[in-house]
Amino acid sequence: MATKEMTYREAVRQAMVDEMERDPNVFLMGEDIGRYQGTFRVTAGLFNQFKQVRVLDTPITEPAIVGLATGAAMVGLRPIVEMMTMSFSILALDQIINHSAKVHYMTAGAACVPIVIRGPGGAANQLSAQHSHSMEGWYAHVPGLKVVAPAFPADAYGMLKTAVRDDNPVIFTEHPTLYGVKGQVPDDKEFLIPFGKANIVRQGTDITLIAYSKMVHVCLEAAERLANESGVRAEVVDVRSLLPLDVATIYSSVRKTHRAVVVYEDWRSGGFGAEIAARIGEDCFDDLDAPVGRVGGLNVPMPYARVLELQCIPNADDVIAAVRKTGV
Amino acid sequence: MAQPAELTIDESPAVLEELYRQMLFIRHFEEKCNQVYRMGKAGGYLHVYIGMEATAVGWLSMLRKDDYVITAYRDHAQALLMGNDPVAVMAEIMGRQGGTSRGKGGSMHLYDIPNNFFGGWGIVGGHIPLGAGLAFASKYKGEDRVTLNFLGDGASNAGVFYETLNMAGLWDLPCIFLIENNEFAMGTRLEYHAANVELHRKGYPFGIRHERMDGMDVLAVRKAARRIIDYVRHEQRPYVVEVMNYRFAGHGAADNDQSLYRTPDEVEAAKARDPIKLLENVIRSQGILSDEQIEAIHSEIEDQVQDIYEKADASPFPDPEEVYHHVYTDMEVEKGH
Repeated sequence: MATKEMTYREAVRQAMVDEMERDPNVFLMGEDIGRYQGTFRVTAGLFNQFKQVRVLDTPITEPAIVGLATGAAMVGLRPIVEMMTMSFSILALDQIINHSAKVHYMTAGAACVPIVIRGPGGAANQLSAQHSHSMEGWYAHVPGLKVVAPAFPADAYGMLKTAVRDDNPVIFTEHPTLYGVKGQVPDDKEFLIPFGKANIVRQGTDITLIAYSKMVHVCLEAAERLANESGVRAEVVDVRSLLPLDVATIYSSVRKTHRAVVVYEDWRSGGFGAEIAARIGEDCFDDLDAPVGRVGGLNVPMPYARVLELQCIPNADDVIAAVRKTGV
Repeated sequence: MAQPAELTIDESPAVLEELYRQMLFIRHFEEKCNQVYRMGKAGGYLHVYIGMEATAVGWLSMLRKDDYVITAYRDHAQALLMGNDPVAVMAEIMGRQGGTSRGKGGSMHLYDIPNNFFGGWGIVGGHIPLGAGLAFASKYKGEDRVTLNFLGDGASNAGVFYETLNMAGLWDLPCIFLIENNEFAMGTRLEYHAANVELHRKGYPFGIRHERMDGMDVLAVRKAARRIIDYVRHEQRPYVVEVMNYRFAGHGAADNDQSLYRTPDEVEAAKARDPIKLLENVIRSQGILSDEQIEAIHSEIEDQVQDIYEKADASPFPDPEEVYHHVYTDMEVEKGH
């Protein structure tokens, strides 16, 4: 398949352009996404290309944005809502959890909500306590939502196209530090990556590292160092999709390596990595040579000072330490 | 409270009888719901429309078949008037398989999507932007539908209401925000919950036309509704209407001490303007129906409602397997605990 080199940002943008060209019911709405070209420039150029009303600058009112998108989706439109950061989606939790996620069930299938809520989630660079949340684990707790968090440009492209064509509400988490990451992206408007399929991004035999979004890159760095420094061959599983979760790929890797460490940027306590670890414990207990390791963000609000911020976000050293703890 | 418009009866006898039948049907249906609740055959929260019938009957009778309607949790009347099978509505309230949502919604979550009724929502104020979204979609597609977005006086204080009004004013959404002012936000009287008790004025800062109107006289309601719906459809602009009605019943079926917030005398005084009695007076004074005919309509509707209840009660409870259905359009969920 022919491919093109793109940044993660360009891949997200291209997926939106393709889907808007394909289906006139797809439209974008969000704060500063049009005339201002988007805070992270993900929607750059789209206002000029598609004009109002398909690229709609909204007031800074997340509950009404998501509520309006939900109502519009119930009668056939397919809104893509940009959250300037996923931290702001906290304002819209009532609309997302109490409304969007409930429509299909409460109507016994008579209505559905094909809406995508996308935007950057996680810590960027000194954005401090109110703008650095990892929300994907919160949303993956909610039946009725689908939640994905791609780590590479090709996945961002293929999974956003899948999200737009999905008839259910999808939370699509990008990571602010990944926007500039480059990768080869298939030059194919029908390149769709189904949800619920994890991807083994590095083969190994000694231990399984399980992560999503930016932490996949941290795990790859740790795996490379483990191989170079001590010959440990770590396998890295990119979960990609939290809900639905591909436990089969995770389990088969763990059954091969007999050890696992789950890595996530969200607060360590009660985060989605704990869910993955619990499932491995329930279903792969006899295959394990050591307790499942967990690496998560520090259980503190994100501090401003760079040195403290970096202390909070898991890095390759933290992953390697957790690997060592399993006895490798 | 606004006074009813000067009455000149320009409705046909057939229309008057039909309005009367609709209001009476809702009244009896709701009384049966209360009974069903007391019998332990309905659970959870149940909010009846008794005393407010003229509002829904008057407004919905002026809509076009393809217009959209959405409301909060006091939704039985709208669900019935939009064309739902009343047996399915009663069965839903009773949590049965034959219900509108197969027993998974309940009294607060009634829908009739094919007939453009979009529920049925339980979070005060939460559905208001959804209604604006329906209007946005019709405008986006170049249709000339109107969306009728019901909310209560309590919901008019919710932040999302103002956010939505701003969008509706900004984007000229063909949406009527219909504040049903029944004078109580649950058990809190209007003057204790609203800084400005003229709730329709909330449209003003957003450049949205607004007015207060009577909601007890169904004929006056219809006149105002015709004019406002016409404006919203043709101008493609929003409107805020405050419809003054009164809740004869408690907030919900579990509201068992109304003395905490109002006196029996007040309720009696409000009942002097019972919307059903007001129309009945017109029907009698105009000689449209005789006493015997009115009597016959009453017993016909009582029998009809009893029959609806019995049919709903014959519907089985949902199959346990149903709990897993309709979480997603295309995906099974994990089973078991």
